[in-house]
Amino acid sequence: MSEQPSSPTRRRLLMAAPLVVAGGVGVGFWRMLSGMTRGSFDPHDIHAPALNRPVPDFTLPDQAPGTGFSAADLRGLKAPVLVNYFASWCIPCVAEMPVLNVLKDRLPIWGIAYKDKPEHALGFVQRAGNPYARIAADHDGLAAIDWGVSGVPETFLVGPGGIIRWHTASPITEAMITNTIMPLADSLKS
Amino acid sequence: MNPELGNFALALACCMAAGQAILPLIGASRRDARLMALAPALAVGQMIALITSFACLIHAAITNDFSVQNVAANSAVSKPLLYKITGVWGNHEGSVLLWAMILSICGGAVALFGRNLPSALQARVIAVLGGVAAGFELFCLTTSNPFARVWPAPMDGQGMNPLLQDPGLAFHPPILYTGYVGFAVPFAFAIAALIEGRVDAAWGRWVRPWAVAAWCFLTCGIAMGSWWSYYVLGWGGYWFWDPVENASLIPWLTGTALVHSAIVVEKREALKIWTVLLAIGTFSFSLSGTFLVRSGILNSVHAFANDPARGVFILGLLALVIGGSLLLFAIRAPQLTTGGLFAPVSREGLLVLNNILLCSICAVVLTGTMYPPFMSLLFGKTISVGKPFFDATTIPLAIPLMVFMGFGPMMPWKRAQMWPVLRRLWWAACVTAVALVVATFQMREILPVLATATAVWVICSSVADIAERLRLFRQPLGQSWQRARSLPRAVFGAALAHAGVGIVVLGIAGMSQAAHRIVEVHVGQSEMLAGDSWTLTDVKPAEGPNYTALVATIEVRHNGKLVTTLHPSKRTFASQHQTTTEVAIHTNLMADIYGVLGDKHGDDANPTYVLRLHYNPLAPWMWLGGLIMAFGGALSLSDRRVRVGAPRRAKTVDVVVAQ
Repeated sequence: MSEQPSSPTRRRLLMAAPLVVAGGVGVGFWRMLSGMTRGSFDPHDIHAPALNRPVPDFTLPDQAPGTGFSAADLRGLKAPVLVNYFASWCIPCVAEMPVLNVLKDRLPIWGIAYKDKPEHALGFVQRAGNPYARIAADHDGLAAIDWGVSGVPETFLVGPGGIIRWHTASPITEAMITNTIMPLADSLKS
Repeated sequence: MNPELGNFALALACCMAAGQAILPLIGASRRDARLMALAPALAVGQMIALITSFACLIHAAITNDFSVQNVAANSAVSKPLLYKITGVWGNHEGSVLLWAMILSICGGAVALFGRNLPSALQARVIAVLGGVAAGFELFCLTTSNPFARVWPAPMDGQGMNPLLQDPGLAFHPPILYTGYVGFAVPFAFAIAALIEGRVDAAWGRWVRPWAVAAWCFLTCGIAMGSWWSYYVLGWGGYWFWDPVENASLIPWLTGTALVHSAIVVEKREALKIWTVLLAIGTFSFSLSGTFLVRSGILNSVHAFANDPARGVFILGLLALVIGGSLLLFAIRAPQLTTGGLFAPVSREGLLVLNNILLCSICAVVLTGTMYPPFMSLLFGKTISVGKPFFDATTIPLAIPLMVFMGFGPMMPWKRAQMWPVLRRLWWAACVTAVALVVATFQMREILPVLATATAVWVICSSVADIAERLRLFRQPLGQSWQRARSLPRAVFGAALAHAGVGIVVLGIAGMSQAAHRIVEVHVGQSEMLAGDSWTLTDVKPAEGPNYTALVATIEVRHNGKLVTTLHPSKRTFASQHQTTTEVAIHTNLMADIYGVLGDKHGDDANPTYVLRLHYNPLAPWMWLGGLIMAFGGALSLSDRRVRVGAPRRAKTVDVVVAQ
């Protein structure tokens, strides 16, 4: 049934098809890998459920040493703000802190402590240097669900009117700031 | 027993594997008996070297040798002994070594149990296994050496990811890997057959036991993995279509197709080229799964050590193994002779249909898994493919597969008529119709109803198949018993495996009716779910060997009568700053009562606790069904007919059964 005699050329082409498909997929993988080493391709940047939508409704309590904020605060903005989910127990968050501390002079950063004890989050900010203009605490991680956060650190660029313009689920790097965040933030200002 | 010895043994194994890959191939093409005889010797030697190497790594972990980087990064003095051992494969380097060791054991098994194979075929099969092993051992030595040292050695290790500190996950990787790697043997047979340019019934008979064995391990491994995500992650689900889960499902689907199409090669000498391609494809998917998980290309909750440099090495290895074998296939397959013809309505016809449906399911799962990274690569779009896509595409293909599964074993070979088969299945059809009606009233959703009905159909038709063969109730029980004793075990094995599929699907359909609630309660407060009253009676702190815990006590009552007391807990591992939830599950085999302790809110004087309460009907059936499937496979492996050399007697039994 499936092995009816057919012309030799057709048979040859048919038998070579798996090789061609595998070759194509292999080239794709190769480009992904080389893109990952250069930093131009990031498969972990897939989840962006909230992109180009208004920030979800939330009101969060203060997290020392800053004051908390709500969705209304973000929606009332005239200039872009970076919203950064962090936690004291997260190693990549420690790694991105020096970069955030440099960035804070160019762009306001608002932090949300994710599922963290207040004293731990305070200690973390004191040790690592505080890049945050305002800090809120998301103790139970419920606001994070609405934001679509899958883990920390995650960072959102919120434009005027509280619209989420950009999102990453990995630590912020200098390359991201110069290539993506600042150009986007500058274009949103005007 | 020290790390240097382990490293040396690994390097030695790599050299032997390289020799094993080259010398027997030369021997087989020159018909040189002495060179061919090297194959089994080298395979066994390589196996011994790798087992030694692996034992050295375990020894280093048990003795807290933190000068070994891998042990320092993944172990700690305070870790329980069991997890010191199992932690060896709970990380990238160790798991690659485990992979290589299982592959060498496969080669050793072909050397030891394949003595009745023609010597040229055996030499070629072992050579192919040696080539793949050499690649993995080189990978292990160069980019992920588990024996790399650190100086100065730390006083204590960093400990392991607490999520992995679990008995289910401790034994899951070896079983799953045995499944993955086991398909290397059918792959090697396929390559050897392509080199020889000959595939016949005997080839089908040799390949099938290895494929069935690998399939059993893979089935067990997948069932354990899904069970683990059910009770460890605390999400109350069992399958999330996570790329890592799909990476094991894809070779399982093609492996299942392979196990069935090899029957057609064995009995009817048809579907030969297709079977060879399936053997190559199944192992290729196993290898690619490893690659995708370890390179970091796929997004997954099961994050492993992601390193593009390692990805490049594995990609090169894949290009050699998969590209090389598909090239060989493209050149040699057109020369293979095609085999026996058959009518569309026949056992072969249904097996072809089974292959088409299984491969279609495989194709959609593959598409859903690979779509996001490729869309991102080609168009820069970020897309996530989730459960809705997979449910919508796989279930409509799975339902006809199950319907035809019921007919398959009853169909005669070559040419069949539907009517006699249908007549034998009349009572199974009646039970299915009843199930359909009952399920419609109970569930009210179309897909679970269809799934339930087809599952009942598969289970009943498996029973009907056996009953028919035994002439149960149509002749004295003593004679049926006589028939049962002379019936080949493979027949029982196939019926069991099919019934197991039905049981798994019933479990899935039951789980679609699960109820759950997230509540925030004070101690002493009660909540209702699925007719039971759940009361949080107590929350207490507790101490473990390397963690502190908060343990809740929940009493579940039905109409005032105590059903069970659950103790879900939350563990905090100080050394990793990580907390894990320990789910409490009570099962009566018809449903699971499943409780999770969440966060604590409010001040210490008057705290409230978040609880997740689940009522999961038929949940245990999914894993039970998986075990039954694997057991069915094992039973048919124990059939004397699969042992080459005793094929004749089985014929007479078939004649008796057919009368």
